[in-house]
Amino acid sequence: MLNPRTFLDIYAAHCRVATAQQLQYRVALVIWLCFTVLEPTIYLVVWSAVASASGGAVGGFGPRDFAAYFIVTMLVNHLTFTWIMHEMEYRVRYGQFSPKLLRPLHPIHGDIADNLVYKVLTLGVLLPAAIALAFVFEARFTVDMRALALAVPALLLAFAIRFMTGWTLALAAFWTTRIAAVNQLYFGASIFLSGQMAPLALFPEFIQIFASATWFRWTVAFPVELILGRLGMEQILAGLGAQVIWLAIAYAVLRLVWSSSLRRFTAVGA
Amino acid sequence: MTALRLLAVYIRVGILNELEYRVNFYVQLLQSFIGLFTAILGLSIVFTHAETLAGWRQFEILALVGVYFLVGGFVRTIVQPSMARFIEDVRQGTLDFTLTKPADAQMLVSIKQVEIWRTVDIVLGIALIGIALVQLGAEFGLAKAGAFGIALIAGAAMVYSFWLILSTTTFWFVRMENIHVIFLAIWESGRWPATIYPDWLRAMMTFIVPVAFATTVPAEALAGRLTGETLLLAVVLAVAMLVGSRLFWLYGLRHYSGASA
Repeated sequence: MLNPRTFLDIYAAHCRVATAQQLQYRVALVIWLCFTVLEPTIYLVVWSAVASASGGAVGGFGPRDFAAYFIVTMLVNHLTFTWIMHEMEYRVRYGQFSPKLLRPLHPIHGDIADNLVYKVLTLGVLLPAAIALAFVFEARFTVDMRALALAVPALLLAFAIRFMTGWTLALAAFWTTRIAAVNQLYFGASIFLSGQMAPLALFPEFIQIFASATWFRWTVAFPVELILGRLGMEQILAGLGAQVIWLAIAYAVLRLVWSSSLRRFTAVGA
Repeated sequence: MTALRLLAVYIRVGILNELEYRVNFYVQLLQSFIGLFTAILGLSIVFTHAETLAGWRQFEILALVGVYFLVGGFVRTIVQPSMARFIEDVRQGTLDFTLTKPADAQMLVSIKQVEIWRTVDIVLGIALIGIALVQLGAEFGLAKAGAFGIALIAGAAMVYSFWLILSTTTFWFVRMENIHVIFLAIWESGRWPATIYPDWLRAMMTFIVPVAFATTVPAEALAGRLTGETLLLAVVLAVAMLVGSRLFWLYGLRHYSGASA
């Protein structure tokens, strides 16, 4: 086991490298941001149109509430998402994973550092975009300090759960090396079940129940509703509890899949 | 004529190449059905809360989704792979081999890579349009079919020209692999009618990336509310973009000095 000091040094080094690497591709960063901003904007416009078509509100959401909902969803999704499942296939196919496995530290740490650096770098553009959207669509926010304070642990837990499930999924690349279809299934499910396409309250009952039984709901929809001040204290505590349970499950599954996939791994290009 | 024969040859080579990877067909089938399923699920959830969306009925929007799949399938079958290949060729210096061939370089570049399994999306799109038309129950005469065909071809031509312009910039900025994401991001908006978007976004998806002309306008033709003026505008713009992208391509080509020589 490494002592914490060395561990921090390694993270700092990883972060410096990641910053330099990502700043090389500033245009790519901006292009990805267009994607991040546009998708929630589309859903926001669609649902606003639905709200005004059915007399001003659906399920307790008016156009201005939808604006707030989708802007916060954009930020929460951005802070908690991971793209590792797209990268892992490439790494395994081109033999880039072997050198990482030789290092004395688990390769997941480099990915965490990468992810954090990307989030910090892009937030500088995404936050102004969110503020501009809030003005354009006249978003209506209710600020509740207690809810905002509780949103911090909720976001951290959500990030940890999504990162671990994403990494576990990425390990499927050890078995098939073509995981595009798996990824698409995962993203398709998460768009609905995590409330990115619409607030979960607008879905039919059985989809809501199904969503609650998965981690998708607790990683996006729950923090979003928490930030918007739509949840009572009991619901908040239940949500945090569900997050902790899913974190434990995700960690256990990741450990299990990691050790069996390592046995499975036969290096390419070595 | 030579152009058509060349196109046929390249498509045959594309099919032969892909036939080596038959599993890809099933992967593509799965992916297309996931895309279809999510699109229809999203649509049905929206329509549990509203009768019409900006004046569009449910099955009119289903027809729009069909057009979205159809044109998207065309882009993913031939335009996107060929342009990606072209950008890679410029970077690697292998474009020289294409340029020395005695046929028109723009045409060769545009049909170089054909990913035949992606035609699944085209088939699904046509099926969706068929279902939507039956459900709408409207008479679908020759005039409507003609207007739809013209609007579709004009839209596809604009999308192709846009890709060509975007890709041609690779002559100046070599690293452009990510450029297609610009298109994909705005293309997403095409599965909903352009009329629901606020003016600034609609302007973007009409004149910067011609999504509205590629999806909404043909779908309007299917729904029978396309005006003659819009159709004329689509045709004029398509011709203008084809000519403009051609000129830009020639200008870029003069700028190209080769990487290997």
